[in-house]
Amino acid sequence: MTPEELEQIAEEERGTQAQFLHRVNVCLAAGCISCQSQSVKDAFDKEIANRGWQRKCQSKGVGCMGLCAEGPLVSTAQGALYQHVTAADAGEILDALDSEPVSRLVCRTDVPFFQRQKKIVLENSGLVDPERIEEYVGSSGYGALMRVLTEMTPPEVVQEVVKSGLRGRGGAGYPTGLKWSTVAKAAGQHKYIICNADEGDPGAFMDRSVLESDPHRVLEGMLIAAFAVGASEGYIYVRAEYPLAIKRLRTAIRQAERLGLLGSSICGTRFSFHVDLRLGAGAFVCGEETALIASVEGKRGTPRPRPPYPAQQGLFGEPTLINNVETYANIAPIIRHGGEWYSQIGTEKSKGTKVFALAGRVLNTGLVEVPMGISLRDIVFEIGGGIPEGRCFKAVQTGGPSGGCLPAEFLDMPVDYESLAKAGSIMGSGGMIVMDETSCMVDVAKYFMDFCMTESCGKCVPCRVGTYQMNELLARITERTATPPDLAMLEELCDLLRNTSLCGLGQSAPNPVMSTLRYFADEYKAHVEEKRCPAGVCGNQAEEAS
Amino acid sequence: MTTDFSKPTPPSADKRWRLVDATMRRLGNHSRGLIETLHTVQETFGYLDEEALRYVAISLRVPLSRAYGVATFYHFFTLKPAGEHTCVVCMGTACYIKGAPQLLSALQHDLEIKPGETTADGKVSVLTARCLGSCGLAPAVVYDHDVAGKVSPTDLRERLKKWTRNDS
Amino acid sequence: MSPVSNIKTLKIDGKDFSARQDETILEVARQNKIFIPTLCDLRGLSTVGACRMCLVEIKGTAKLLPACVTRVEEGMEVTTTSERLDRYRKSILELLFTERNHICSVCVSNAHCELQSLAQRLQITHVHFPYRYPKAQVDGSHPRFVIDQNRCILCTRCVRVCEEIEGAHTWDVMGRGIDANVITDLNQPWGSSETCTGCGKCVHVCPTGALFEKGRSVAEMLKRRNFLPYLTLMREERD
Repeated sequence: MTPEELEQIAEEERGTQAQFLHRVNVCLAAGCISCQSQSVKDAFDKEIANRGWQRKCQSKGVGCMGLCAEGPLVSTAQGALYQHVTAADAGEILDALDSEPVSRLVCRTDVPFFQRQKKIVLENSGLVDPERIEEYVGSSGYGALMRVLTEMTPPEVVQEVVKSGLRGRGGAGYPTGLKWSTVAKAAGQHKYIICNADEGDPGAFMDRSVLESDPHRVLEGMLIAAFAVGASEGYIYVRAEYPLAIKRLRTAIRQAERLGLLGSSICGTRFSFHVDLRLGAGAFVCGEETALIASVEGKRGTPRPRPPYPAQQGLFGEPTLINNVETYANIAPIIRHGGEWYSQIGTEKSKGTKVFALAGRVLNTGLVEVPMGISLRDIVFEIGGGIPEGRCFKAVQTGGPSGGCLPAEFLDMPVDYESLAKAGSIMGSGGMIVMDETSCMVDVAKYFMDFCMTESCGKCVPCRVGTYQMNELLARITERTATPPDLAMLEELCDLLRNTSLCGLGQSAPNPVMSTLRYFADEYKAHVEEKRCPAGVCGNQAEEAS
Repeated sequence: MTTDFSKPTPPSADKRWRLVDATMRRLGNHSRGLIETLHTVQETFGYLDEEALRYVAISLRVPLSRAYGVATFYHFFTLKPAGEHTCVVCMGTACYIKGAPQLLSALQHDLEIKPGETTADGKVSVLTARCLGSCGLAPAVVYDHDVAGKVSPTDLRERLKKWTRNDS
Repeated sequence: MSPVSNIKTLKIDGKDFSARQDETILEVARQNKIFIPTLCDLRGLSTVGACRMCLVEIKGTAKLLPACVTRVEEGMEVTTTSERLDRYRKSILELLFTERNHICSVCVSNAHCELQSLAQRLQITHVHFPYRYPKAQVDGSHPRFVIDQNRCILCTRCVRVCEEIEGAHTWDVMGRGIDANVITDLNQPWGSSETCTGCGKCVHVCPTGALFEKGRSVAEMLKRRNFLPYLTLMREERD
């Protein structure tokens, strides 16, 4: 594969696409598939065949279009977007291709949900068929890799990433360029690249969507990273709970190998890179670098103290670069348009865009990509469309079990790493759960503590026993049998876990409790002193079910 | 000096062990391949029993206790066979906020089992997932591998009825 | 690099010390008779940094660091005792006491137990966190030894000594979080283990009464650990 050959594939693909007068894109990402979008796609195929339109109209399975709650979603080349499409609607939609869209199914795209987004990571999502490499190549895919291999040196690539100001999208926000240069400089015979796709935050599905919608973008990012740091082998650690993402990644790897974009002597250079999948098996702690490495090595996913950092001693004891899916997905555009271009998006310290999985008590649930620095209010009320059923906003939770709950007073705060941390939450991997007055904040805190307790690996004492004790205390508070000294003990344990736990899971496990204690102290007080749950959540579940 | 090592024979003549062997071969019969191999066993047989663990451990030259430690560390693995039907309730944050606890208590109430358990007649297993990633469709439930979104306790009960009716 | 740069000077509790660069804070402290509490650490075994008892303060670092795995650095200023460290250590010990059933008066290791002596040294008079009182198993199926899960603190010394020194890897940890347990082979009765050589190393490295020899009175329940540095030294010589 040479740059010319790649360009030829792209040309041919664009030519093929241009032959069609019409195009119907059906979302075949997990959200829409669970609303039977596969049968919608089949109906279009059948209807097109019945009409003999095979040369006139293309029906294509594509990735996520974002508005998951309104699925199945279908878009046409004319720019119409349809929601809640069923197999029975296929004929009507095809009939309307030459005229006005079918009004009863139209999903308006001139609304903030679509207009306020800025798509870099998701630029191809919903447009390309994730199971065909030609389509990715046709939309400039692997062009950045070609450029890197033929025109750049590894230090130049690292420099470009440094210049972009990109920070790790897995949660902690460590500068990506700095990480790359550390691994590049580390001494070692073999170096490894790992892509962390063990998306474990309950309430986050950004990585799954990227992998399902545009898997080649992640492979290209990993290839560029491998070239930059001098690695020849890589692993994608992906959750076994994401069968569709796994299938599409496997297909993508096979296709890239067939075209010679993965494997030995790529593009006729001395650069070789092989990549394989490793399936996670349901352990949130494996999002922690050292635990993830242990898991890839086939062991129990328990973290170990750092240093040594994986950049010096990682997988099989060799220097290892670990980045998250979304981080790798940002690399190709950075190389294509330059680090300078990327650094102009976002805020001073948080560059670029961030993908959020917007869910909970918000009208438009789904996947959104926004520039860093946008306010929470814009995300929740503009893009998210506000709270349904005329209810009131209460809090937004970011960062999952390691993050916190922020009340209304923070709605105008810009979304960036520093601001979120200062407010007592974290950016995290991008889960954003909106809550209204029907949510009890103590119950939410207990939910996350229960999660952390279940996910604690059990290696270090504060996390193993501390999360259990905190969960018990929160249970007593929600059962309204707790006393004021219990609250003091809860705070004491927050401080203990934060300062003495071995890894990030234990250190950040108190965050949901601390943030709710800080901003919703009155709710704790109501449970403890007045023995009542203001939101009417606690203690009612059993009655509701029976 | 290397010790002679002969690969153990599979626990039974079941042809499905060939799939397990194929995975181990692909990973060079290396101890690093333990988790991947356990995935294949579970996919093939539905669960990991002692025989399977022993066979995989010895084939990959992994200490028995380590194999057991790994199999019980990861919640995706199960050491007991699942029921005829499985019902996985997503307990991700979005689902939790939108009523997953009510679904779970409905299940617990009707079937008289806790998550992770199977009914005495072996018909239905109830499981929880940390997050299916279908947060836009909260609350989500997986009925025998099919994801259903925006599930209510009534929907759930109807499905349970269908399962028990079909089988009686 | 000149050999001189292999030697680092550092301050521990205000006093100056020099150390080889591959030494940990804990090693230097022990050589100089400075007490840092530990539970999972045992000389001759690999370090895991799991019990968090040996956390120390280091000037210029916001985080507390475990002395057992933190290597010395030039100009490092270490504080091994402070009101804050004392409080955290006590809390961690208390959590251990609440986790399982540690009833010293009826324990075979009464007066020879590291958990107990550490609690005495740190002057823990009562445990203010609620006890869990879990149901824990006692396995006496082995002809010579007993494992009493009630007393286990999951320090994993037994797992490490069995793998690293004996080479049998009979022990490992199963499950996770609060449900974790040490097991032999496929979580089977110890007496039925095919891999256990019956060497008893695990028993002697156990800090509490979780692993003990049958037929010994409490007064005789002293654990002998001299073999560990000895074996390690002899092996280094052989390699």
